[in-house]
Amino acid sequence: MIKKLTPWIGYGIALLILPQLFDSVLGISLLNQLAIAIVFALSYNMLLGQGGMLSFGHAVYYGLGGFLAVHALIKIEYEEMYFSIIYIPFIGGLSGLIAALFIGSFSTHKAGTVFAMISLGIAELVAASSLILESFFGGEAGISGDRTYGPPFFGIEFFQDSEIYYIAAVWVFIATLFMYLFTKTPAGRLANAVRDNPERAEFIGYSARWVRFISFCASGFFAGIAGGLFALNYEFLTSENLNAVTSGRVLLMAYIGGLGYFIGPIIGAVVLTLMNTLLSNYTELWLLYVGVMFVLTVMFLPRGFAGFIMMHQLAWTQGTLNQLFKPYLITALPAGVFVLATVALIELSHAEETLHFLGMPLNPESAISWSIGLILATAAFYATRRTLPQLRDAWDTANTISEEEGESS
Amino acid sequence: MIEVFIFATLNGLVTGLLLFMLASGLTLIFSMMGVLNFAHASFYMLGAYFAYSISLQFGYWTGLIFAPLIVGVLGAVIERYGLRKVHQSGHVAELVFTFGLAFLIEEAVQFFWGPDTKGYQTPELLNFPLFTLFGQEFSAYRGFMIAISISIFMGLYYVLTRSRIGIIIQAAITHPNTVANLGHNVPMIFMCVFGVGTALAGLAGVIAGPVLTTFPGMAAVLGSIVFVIVVIGGLGSLAGAFIASLLIGLLQSYAIASDLGMPDLLNLLGVEFERSHPLHDLWTITLPQIAPVLPFLLLVLVLIFRPTGLMGKREQ
Repeated sequence: MIKKLTPWIGYGIALLILPQLFDSVLGISLLNQLAIAIVFALSYNMLLGQGGMLSFGHAVYYGLGGFLAVHALIKIEYEEMYFSIIYIPFIGGLSGLIAALFIGSFSTHKAGTVFAMISLGIAELVAASSLILESFFGGEAGISGDRTYGPPFFGIEFFQDSEIYYIAAVWVFIATLFMYLFTKTPAGRLANAVRDNPERAEFIGYSARWVRFISFCASGFFAGIAGGLFALNYEFLTSENLNAVTSGRVLLMAYIGGLGYFIGPIIGAVVLTLMNTLLSNYTELWLLYVGVMFVLTVMFLPRGFAGFIMMHQLAWTQGTLNQLFKPYLITALPAGVFVLATVALIELSHAEETLHFLGMPLNPESAISWSIGLILATAAFYATRRTLPQLRDAWDTANTISEEEGESS
Repeated sequence: MIEVFIFATLNGLVTGLLLFMLASGLTLIFSMMGVLNFAHASFYMLGAYFAYSISLQFGYWTGLIFAPLIVGVLGAVIERYGLRKVHQSGHVAELVFTFGLAFLIEEAVQFFWGPDTKGYQTPELLNFPLFTLFGQEFSAYRGFMIAISISIFMGLYYVLTRSRIGIIIQAAITHPNTVANLGHNVPMIFMCVFGVGTALAGLAGVIAGPVLTTFPGMAAVLGSIVFVIVVIGGLGSLAGAFIASLLIGLLQSYAIASDLGMPDLLNLLGVEFERSHPLHDLWTITLPQIAPVLPFLLLVLVLIFRPTGLMGKREQ
């Protein structure tokens, strides 16, 4: 029992301690973004990872939840409704749920390509109508609300982003917990069964469509909560929040993190949000790096970052993990040099004047800068390739089940 | 009225045939690998950009020939070293890979050519009106686009149904193992089909670039529409893709050209709404406004009522 609760207690403590460690304006706004992204990515994984439904329109539920949440904020402002804004994410969740109930009623007939294409069509329809129906979506400019109205919550009136963070943290914790518990319910287990083999699930008497529908609605609900959190944090929404770019970003997060593991989307959300905010401060080309990272992840780590971590489970249980430390370091050094040199070359080819890369002045006009970069990149590339065999050997030894242990277990 | 109709038809035909050049490659690749290639429209964009760069040096016609070749080789290389590796991890991984590729190509295009619109021009040779009707000109370049697209359709149809290569390809799609047992290199065939499919997309980009403007968002504009066509036509069906392309092209063109809307319908029904009505936006929608959405509406309807598409045979 204690062992099961440990990660949750750790998660809760982390959520509470992080704003103390990063209490700058940037830090808090980053944490708020992380909170939103985590709920959104987890809700997406309910569809794709656990239910096997590839959706290209998940931002619809996120965006609709957000829009309804802003409308609720406006209603509170004009005193047509009277409740504390801490419940706003729930309004968002309900809106997401209602949208999912409606759309899921016809889109969950089939999984696979048909489902993916319907989700794409719906996403385009909703995104386009968000520009046409101006009185609800506010057209290009979007709509905005004000979170400081309504009854204060124990004297807090939510002028500060840091106050919003604690609401968000509570909601993230609750949402994560419920999404995890959902995977343990019969509906969650059946979602896995339907994902892996819908025919067999039907043979034992469950309607594959009904199971998909339940997952779909739950996923829409949690996406709506994420949208509601977005509305609370930014106080405005535009049609960008429900268009294809947002849908694509959540797919990226969940996939990079690892679809097969509950924790995967959390890792993906953290990595992408950090790249999004931090990298974009340093370079205009950050989207290029995100794209490269994404394609490489799909090619070489098909189970995402979480899958990569879980690969070490066997070595961990055998206590051979420390054997891997040195070989990893030997490969990582030249690989790191290669990555940095390549990045320097890319930046160099894009720069118009001298740029400072890791403290080194690089001039796009000088042949020396170019040749140093090229030589470093090539040398590091070959050095990395040379280290691969020793890494492979070390990996094999670490993962061979030793004979005595094999017999005893 | 009649001249609007005729020009809408001609423009719809041009768009529809252009869309078909993209859709034909996409549907071929789908029937082969069972996966929709999200990056297909990105190859179309690459075609336009390559042709633009070549045309600056050697003129339009050199670009017309070489840009599709470069795109085709690039496509084949991506299939060989990227997609084939991802294939082992399943369909979702493949789909996500092409999705990431589309993202990456858009960023790469901005990296190499910059984010601004390129002044890619139609060739001098075709800068004259083909004919004048009711005082409106129909440019020779559009006629040239129609001619190229139709000859591609005929050529593709001939190769696939009549030639020996086409028969081997068709066999490889349905019975890859048997074809491999007969001594054909099936992965090689797949790579070539992928290359030809992307080259067709590149060719579409070359001829569409000057008319639809060459800019980094051009893949996103057409990308999802091409998907819609392939799904509506029936996944893997070339004839279905042809019909659906023309259907979508004409549908959009008519919707843009017409000036009908909800107000007309309401007038006809004798219903009136006040400006303050909460659904006011809904009652003032016009057809040109929703023209870009119509393909997606059609897609959702087709998928609900006929998930196999118009001409599709197999259930996914």
